[in-house]
Amino acid sequence: MLDRNYIGHTFPAHSVPVEVGRLKFFAQAVGESDPIYHDEEAARAAGYRALPAPPTFVFSLNLAGTDLAEKYVPMGIDLARLLHAEQQFEYFSTICAGDVITLESKVADIYDKKDGALEFAIEETTATNQNGELVAKSTQTLVMRNG
Amino acid sequence: MTTLDFDSVSVGDELPPLEKPPISRTTLALFAGASGDHNPIHIDIDFARAAGMPDVFAHGMLGMAYLGQVVTHWVPQAQLRRYGVRFGSITQLGAQITCTGRVLEKFEDNGEQLLRLEVKASDENGDVKLAGQAVAALN
Repeated sequence: MLDRNYIGHTFPAHSVPVEVGRLKFFAQAVGESDPIYHDEEAARAAGYRALPAPPTFVFSLNLAGTDLAEKYVPMGIDLARLLHAEQQFEYFSTICAGDVITLESKVADIYDKKDGALEFAIEETTATNQNGELVAKSTQTLVMRNG
Repeated sequence: MTTLDFDSVSVGDELPPLEKPPISRTTLALFAGASGDHNPIHIDIDFARAAGMPDVFAHGMLGMAYLGQVVTHWVPQAQLRRYGVRFGSITQLGAQITCTGRVLEKFEDNGEQLLRLEVKASDENGDVKLAGQAVAALN
């Protein structure tokens, strides 16, 4: 059972430098063919300050240095029964290599369906850059399968 | 990338589809490291079996990264305003994902000309693994 006392819980904020090597590794791992995600010159030619972080990378920044079990087990999540149900991003500017992103997350809601067979947790995250500008918001819906 | 012009884009226009190679254990190991999602359910068959799964399976965010490429290969990422998906079913090892998209709506908001795109990722059997929408600005 998810602990509903965690509704409104905020996880400790953390700051993560956006590293070139990490972005290149990510681009390679997802088979990205667009050179702007691999090559600084191509990125600059396309108008970016440096290698851009791809659209879903905010999610990875939020995971950086996070032990999933440490983060989620206390609220009743079992990693073996956990699935990602939904993910939404909103973008205000493009995160690039060299940025330092501060992530702040909270549990926005916990609810169940099918008499508790499925339990959902919604985590909302804001990503702010080194200049204090909000660059992205992320909303992830996690589902625990209890059936 | 050719520059898109708002007036020349029509509702129903299809984005060039993107076919990804079959998802292997190596794909998942690399993605676990690169993405920072170390949930053992995706990389450790012993853990997956103990959890009642026949085998490891793909991270949802791998599919979402793939699907994002169909959008950013068509419209520059700097113009992306929103991107969201629902994960419909588990993506199994060996799945060969094809990402598609089409223009759902043209609208204006906050002084920007925007396109709402419908995107989905399906496997080789045509099963939709994830589907959602993206909103991009065209200048």
